[in-house]
Amino acid sequence: MQPDPSLAPTPAAPPARLPVAPAEPVLMVEHVDKSFGDNHVLRDFSLALHRGENVVVLGKSGSGKSVLIKCIIGLLLPDAGRITVLGQDVTGLGHQQMDELRARVGFLFQSNALYDSMTVRENLLFPLRRHWLRHRRAEEDALVREVLDDVGLAHTATLMPAELSGGMRKRIALARTLILRPDIILYDEPTTGLDPVTSREISHLIRAVQQKYNASALIISHDMSCVRLTADRVALLLDGRCYADGRYEELAASADPRIHEFFA
Amino acid sequence: MPNYPILAEAGGMAHFAGRFFRDGFRPRYEVSEWLYQCYVIGYQSLPLVGVTGFIMGIVLTLQSRPTMAQFGAESWIPAMVGLTIIREMGPIITALIFAGKIGSSIGAELGSMRVTEQIDAMEVSGTNPFKYLVVTRVLATTLMLPVLTLLADAIALYASYIGLNMRGVTTLALFVNNVLSRLAFGDVLPAFIKTFFFGFAVGLIGCYKGFYADKGTEGVGQAANSAVVVSSLVIFILDLVAVQLTGLLGLN
Repeated sequence: MQPDPSLAPTPAAPPARLPVAPAEPVLMVEHVDKSFGDNHVLRDFSLALHRGENVVVLGKSGSGKSVLIKCIIGLLLPDAGRITVLGQDVTGLGHQQMDELRARVGFLFQSNALYDSMTVRENLLFPLRRHWLRHRRAEEDALVREVLDDVGLAHTATLMPAELSGGMRKRIALARTLILRPDIILYDEPTTGLDPVTSREISHLIRAVQQKYNASALIISHDMSCVRLTADRVALLLDGRCYADGRYEELAASADPRIHEFFA
Repeated sequence: MPNYPILAEAGGMAHFAGRFFRDGFRPRYEVSEWLYQCYVIGYQSLPLVGVTGFIMGIVLTLQSRPTMAQFGAESWIPAMVGLTIIREMGPIITALIFAGKIGSSIGAELGSMRVTEQIDAMEVSGTNPFKYLVVTRVLATTLMLPVLTLLADAIALYASYIGLNMRGVTTLALFVNNVLSRLAFGDVLPAFIKTFFFGFAVGLIGCYKGFYADKGTEGVGQAANSAVVVSSLVIFILDLVAVQLTGLLGLN
């Protein structure tokens, strides 16, 4: 087991900011419903994500946050409503069009989902090669080096996922999404299961990635520290609906007891 | 409405097999992954299959010798053992060993990938996980089991020759001549063909159980276990069907 590089330099998180002028929406979720049998997970849920913006979807465990993000990436099909990603309605896309769209949307899984049988380098190159983005060996090496530098783990290319700590795996999973230079990154509970220090580092990293790549991010979380550090805007998912939507400070100051219980 | 889990399972597997034939032969072809799976499934199973074949041949010879000697029919041992191994024991024992080793391994590997979201990650990475994981493995098991069975048959026959020489003297040429003189086309070909079906069943059931494993580590264990149990049962059912079919075709 390699030590977690908690000493790796991570840029300080810039203060949460709201785009000066409303940028174009890159992701629109409109009136989405999703049920599993009698369990209505999402009911008329709507949300917009603009270019260069970090939006955190906040909600209790089991409230349907992960279902929402899986509907967005096309792993689940909504029962009703419309989801538009980079101008394309994902509910009506064929396999090939969906794959082309997914090349522009990164997804960081809650469990990291690193391929156990591959080295870190092979994990990073897998999406690149599968999207037919073939490069020469030297170019591949440069890309791997750059994304590993981005996440502060330049020395891990030859290691297997089993040799990494939880925080390192999370960083490598983020590096795997970055190698395709996505326009949007979807984070599913990026700090779950991590200690407070590593959790803070990952939150800083999410901010640093936003700044470097100008990528929009939809972050699913119930970790208030992560929400505070990463969110330009917070959408509160309650009872399957977008109950509230606003800046962190606005929601934190709300007198509504259902909102207040998250920020107390 | 009554609930029949066995029928639901059979329907699920039939649908899974249908998807294999529908998706498996359309591009994109996962050739390098298929070759790797052939290496893992075929080459790495060889030692186990070889040892099993050797023991099968020598035990069969040593066990049948006293009875054959009572009737003064020791010279028939090579032909009898040859027919038994090639027609039945070789294919069925190799397939059962193969189900135990490869079926459980595929079930556990895919189950683990399902539980840790690696299959979802593959889909998000522009890869059809069904083609990459299932089609390659099922094709590899379908093609590798017949090869392994042929090798196991050959090793078992050689072990039988050794077994005969432990209690007497027989030349290799005479042994081979005795085996081949009693073998007919109808003994070899149906036995060889049915191994493709055995291999297909082991791969398909292992993949089905792993691909749809329930969440959690318990689901991985169940996938591995039921892959072996169900594929072993299906091997016997297919064997029964093969015997009936060859009988109808006049090859028995």
